[in-house]
Order: sequence, then structure tokens, then C-alpha cells
Amino acid sequence: MTPPEPTPSTVQRSEVRLVSSPARPAGLLVHGVHVLDPRTGLDGLHDVLVRDGEIAEIGVAGTLSSPAGVELVDGTGRHLFPGFVDPHVHLRTPGQEYKEDLETGTRAAAAGGYCALVGMPNTDPVIDSAPVLGALFDAAARDARVPVGFMPCITRGQQGHELTEMAELRAMGAAGFTDDGRPVVDAGVMRRALQYQRLCGGVLALHEEDPALSHTGAMHEGELSALLGVAGIPSVSESTMVARDCALAGYEGGRIHVQHLSALESVAAVAAAKARGVQVTCEASPHHLTMTDEDVRSLDTRRKMNPPLRSAADREAIVEGLRSGVIDCIATDHAPHARDEKEVPFEQAPMGTTGLETAFAVVYTALVVPGALTLSLVVEKMTAGLGLLGLLVPQIAVGEPANLVLVDLAAEWVVGESGYESRSDNCAFADRRLQGKVLLTVAAGAVAYRERSIMLSAA
Amino acid sequence: MKHLLSIEDLDREAIERILDRAAAFAEVSDRDIKKVPALRGRTVLNLFYEASTRTRSSFELAAKRLSADVVNFASSGSSVEKGESLKDTVLTLTAHSPDAIVIRSPYAGAAALVAGWTPASVINAGDGKHEHPTQALLDVHTLRQKLGSLDGRSIWIVGDVAHSRVARSNILAFQKMGAHVTVCGPPTLMPRGIEALGCTVRYDLDDLREADVVYALRMQNERMDQAFVPSLREYAAQYQINGRRLGPRQVLMHPGPVNRGVELSGEVVDSPQAVITMQVKAGVVVRMAVLFEVLAGAGGRTSRTAPRPTEPQLA
Repeated sequence: MTPPEPTPSTVQRSEVRLVSSPARPAGLLVHGVHVLDPRTGLDGLHDVLVRDGEIAEIGVAGTLSSPAGVELVDGTGRHLFPGFVDPHVHLRTPGQEYKEDLETGTRAAAAGGYCALVGMPNTDPVIDSAPVLGALFDAAARDARVPVGFMPCITRGQQGHELTEMAELRAMGAAGFTDDGRPVVDAGVMRRALQYQRLCGGVLALHEEDPALSHTGAMHEGELSALLGVAGIPSVSESTMVARDCALAGYEGGRIHVQHLSALESVAAVAAAKARGVQVTCEASPHHLTMTDEDVRSLDTRRKMNPPLRSAADREAIVEGLRSGVIDCIATDHAPHARDEKEVPFEQAPMGTTGLETAFAVVYTALVVPGALTLSLVVEKMTAGLGLLGLLVPQIAVGEPANLVLVDLAAEWVVGESGYESRSDNCAFADRRLQGKVLLTVAAGAVAYRERSIMLSAA
Repeated sequence: MKHLLSIEDLDREAIERILDRAAAFAEVSDRDIKKVPALRGRTVLNLFYEASTRTRSSFELAAKRLSADVVNFASSGSSVEKGESLKDTVLTLTAHSPDAIVIRSPYAGAAALVAGWTPASVINAGDGKHEHPTQALLDVHTLRQKLGSLDGRSIWIVGDVAHSRVARSNILAFQKMGAHVTVCGPPTLMPRGIEALGCTVRYDLDDLREADVVYALRMQNERMDQAFVPSLREYAAQYQINGRRLGPRQVLMHPGPVNRGVELSGEVVDSPQAVITMQVKAGVVVRMAVLFEVLAGAGGRTSRTAPRPTEPQLA
């Protein structure tokens, strides 16, 4: 007997949810600003009028006048981009609020120019059931300054054995599924998740690592790990799993998203899979784009992350992957840890760096200013991440909800000089002088961040 | 010199300065009354997070022969077992105003971290698999006594290089002193990229005869559980230094404690080529020289005979 075809109506599909606390819709006129939106093709001086949280008008600079009740923002010498989005952040709620919570995490995001985020499920308890996910949506409705979505676990307890109730979670508005922080080690479980995806939808976002190869490693395996006597994490611990999961996704016709690529071989594996028609996208982090294992020579625990900072050749391959289009977006993997957790010997320290407040300036300073990447490409990659999950693609166009970031590209600042919005200060870029400062962030139609120096005046 | 954290930080001149002083201190160890007042009134704190008999007692003897006061702090039976962090332990102990902290830790970079948390001089007595600088200094001292100079000598370091801080410090130290270093061991216990340190990598002992010095590393039993080598029997067959492999003019070294019948056969341990007890003896005088260097030597604190104030001073 052949089983009956499952009918779509048996699954109640609802929209993926992005939730934030209620905020007053913005009324702003940004005048004389250089608008750059790679998707709508805008690249020049304009006036942009936001009314009731929507982009109401875009005109040639100097042509728009401000209606009553609208704040005036001087955009002269500044750039206006679509708000950045991040499909990969750790908001540490529930259970690890001493590292970060929804309020501090989204405040850090807003300060970095982000208008939407997706939180990872490796919390305590992990996000693997409807009650936990529901409670998070409720908390976000109270505390989140910018809209946040959540990716529950692929496997129950993040243990890698049994699938979570993915259909129910999806119906509640899950942004996709991931066991981030850990790989799905068992290929059979990975295959079942890909099969089950036909029922519930939702991208599977994958932390790729073969623990048999990474073992107790704490940094990239290479000459420096040999010198420092620190156990290495070889590039192949990532790339073999990327290749495996691309093969499985191709076989099952599934849709996967590879998180935080770090190795040259992984970029090649994704490129090959894309060429075969596998439905795979991937992301790179600001730290893998701009740092190498040389930056770990001093064993600064703020630069210990998983996957680790790798060789110069790996870093160049990641940059080239972004340029060629193999890598689809920039995601921070914002991973806050309390100071006392990081003030331990390197091998004992937890993995991760914060990144939301520094992402744009880091990439701009290290890659756009020297000419390695164009500004337009960086803006595109920093605004693409949620679109890959079928979520938001912010655009500067009339009628769109206002998701905007105003940046002064010339402004220089030192990371950490005035503290952080995040509850944690484990920033790999601490003390670096960066160029490019976020002045104003509008998320889902409301002002989410305003730099102190920016003066708004009522019209 | 304020701290001794790694051999990497030292140049040949600094190594020679410390070892020349060690040679001068050697005479003290042969006296009936084995004590000089060089560090009288100074406090040396031994902070050991790993079991250690010879290194800890060697540091203790060295400090006492220089008339320093010594406090031993072991992780077992202390606040560490109650969950105190390394930083809090160091801050607590620093409140007692030690002049030097000697630290052994299972983690790379621990000594350098401690140096950032205390005004005391810090001496690395082994940090994870990273470095063990005083071991390398005492090994160079032993070889200078035995051979005069290391210039142009061929030194083979044989065994588990991957898990050995002794290997890493000695590769650097022997090379700085003009020797050529070959590391040899099972490929599974050879860290990828080690040749970047300037040494030659070999996987068999076929050319061991070219060595002037054979330095065998301890084969730790726990490596067997992790299946890095198929069996101790196979390891011994491939890498054991025995009477058949060791030439009559070669010097044999080992950091101790020896696994007789594994990395060394019994007969070579007891042979005249073995300088293993010379190494232990060198340990005390070299550590005297290191303590003197960081507490009273050039670039460190100035030597004083008067009792020092209770507050620690930054150099």
C-alpha cells in the first residue's frame, strides 16, 4: 500500500516571525545624503523622507521639504544604506543573560546599523521546543529594540540524535533550523532533517566541523599552533563536513546554509556544490574576512573562536569568495562571553567574539578602504543574510518599511573606547582604530539607534 | 630581565649570561654550607597546577640556596579545588607581595597571563604544551659542560614532539646556541608545521648516527589510550634508544622521569653516555641563575642588600 501523499493543508504554514518591542514609527527627512542601495540601484545624493515608519519619498538632493512633525537629519557628507541584517547571532537568552540578553543584544545590533537579526538556539535550555520558542517571541516583544527571529535546533537538546518537532516550530514562526555551536555529526540524522524539510520548510543552517578532526583543538592548525604548542583545528575538519552536507543536500534536494566559512577548501566545496545546482548558500564573518591566526600569536582569548582564525591564504579565499559570489552574505556570529570566562588561559577559554557593533567598520576599514572590495558589494552582503532564509531584504524604495542605516564613512573611532552596548566586551577588534561610524539606525520603521553627536531638529 | 616566560623571548647573549652565572653558582652547590645571601629577604612563590616533583623541588632548592623565602602552593588541597580562578588565585597570592612567582600550568600562555596580573617577576615552569624554558636552559648548560660549545653540533630530539613543551623550548634554545636540530618521532605525534621552527623532521632513526646528542622525550602512557601509536611495543621497536642504536661518542639526554624499556633501554640509561643526572644537578644552579637574573640581574630589579619594603615595586 502506498502511503497517501501528504497534502499541504495538513501543515499549518505561517509566516516566519521577526519580533520587536513596540516603538513609535519614525518621521524623518534625511537630506543631502549619499544613498547607496545595490538592489534598487540608487547611488547618489538624495533626500529621503520617512513618514509613519515608511519610506514616503525619495527625491534629488535639495528637492524635498519636510512636513510638520518630521525630524530633519543632515545627511551631508554621509551615506544612507539599507539596514544591515544578521542571520547568525547569539543573544544568550534564555539562561545566559549574564553574557547578553535580548535588550543588550539588540541594542548592540542597532548601534552597529542592524535592522534585523536571527538568534541561535544554543542557549540554556536550548531552543528545541514550542514553549521555549514561544517564550522567546514574548520576550522579544518586550525587550528587542530591532526585530529578531529565532532558529530552533535541528536535533532535540542539540544532541544530534533525534529531530525536533520541526513542523510545529516552523508553524510558530521559526526562521529555520540549526544546531549552531555544534555540527550534526551523524550523516543519517542530517539526511533525515533534509527529508523532513520537505514537510516543514525552513533552511538548515549548518555549523560544519568534524569533531573527530577538530578534537581538543583551540586554534587553526598550522605553523603557529606548532610553535605555541596549542592543539590545532585543521581546515579539513570544516571542509570535509561542508562537502558531505552539500552532497546530502544535493541528493535529497534540500536547502542548506553553511555558517561561518573559514577555510579555503570550504569555499571550494561550496563553489563546486553551487555549480552542480545544490541549493546551498553560505556566510562569512568579519573576523574571518580580516584576521588570520597571526592575530592569535599573543593568545588573546578574545580572538579564540570556532571556526578559528586561519591562514592568510584562507582569509584571501574568503574575501575572494565574497567577491565572486560564492559567499552570499556577511554574518557576525556575535558571541558574547562574560569577562571572567575569557580571562583564563587560551585553551580553557570559550569560543567566540562579539561583532555586531564593529562589523561594518571592520570590513569597511580592512577591505573597502584599501580597495579589496567595493562599498556596494559590502552593503549588498551585509543586507543579504535574512533574504537567504526567505525573510527580510531591506530596500530603499518608496512604500518600503524604513530599514535604514546612516553612516559617516570618514569618521574614525577606536573599538571599545566608549565601552560597548553589548553586555560583554570580548571583542576581537578591541583597541583597533576603525573608519566608518554608524550615526543612526532605523529598524522596522522606528529609530533604534542614534549616535550622541547626531543632532536632529524638528522642522 | 623582569620575567622568564619563554625561550622565544631570549637571545643567545641572554642565554649565555644566565648560564655563565649558573656556572658561578655551581660552586655553591659543592660547599658544605650550600647557601649565599644573594636573595635574602626575597619571597619566591611556587604555584604548581600540575604534579611535579623535580621541577618544583629544584626551584625550591635554588631559591633556598640564594637565601630567599619559599612558599609552595599546589592546586590540590587549595582554594583552586574550591573553584577559584587562576586570576583570583594570583591576585590573592600577590597580596602577600611575592617577589617572584614560579608557575606550572597545564595551559599554554598561562605564565604570560600571570605576568599581566601581578607586579612580581614570573618564571614559567611549564605552560601546557608550549614551553619549559628553565628545562631548555639546564639542558644547554649540561651540554656546554659536556661539549664546550653547541656550535655546529647535531642534536636529535626523539619521541612525542606534539605533546612536549620540552621539545619546543629545546628546539629553540639549541638552535639559538648554534646547533642543528632534528626532531624524530611517530608521524602521529609530530605537530603539523613544526619545521617552521627551523628544525629537520624525520620519522625513523636510520640516520641517528649523525647526531652528536640524542635527546629522548618521555612517552606518556595516556597517549596510548588516545591511540597515537599502535602499541608501546611497536613504539619501542621503532624509536627506543638502546645499546644497538646509541653510538659510543653520542651524548644521551632525557628530561625525566624515564620509562625504562620504552623510550630508553635500561642499559643506555646506565651508560656513561647518559647525562641524565647531570641535567638534574644543572637544574638547581640554572634555576638559581634564573631567579637571580629576574630578581637582581641586569634590567631587572637592582640588587640590594637592605631589606626591601613590604610593598612590591614594579621594575
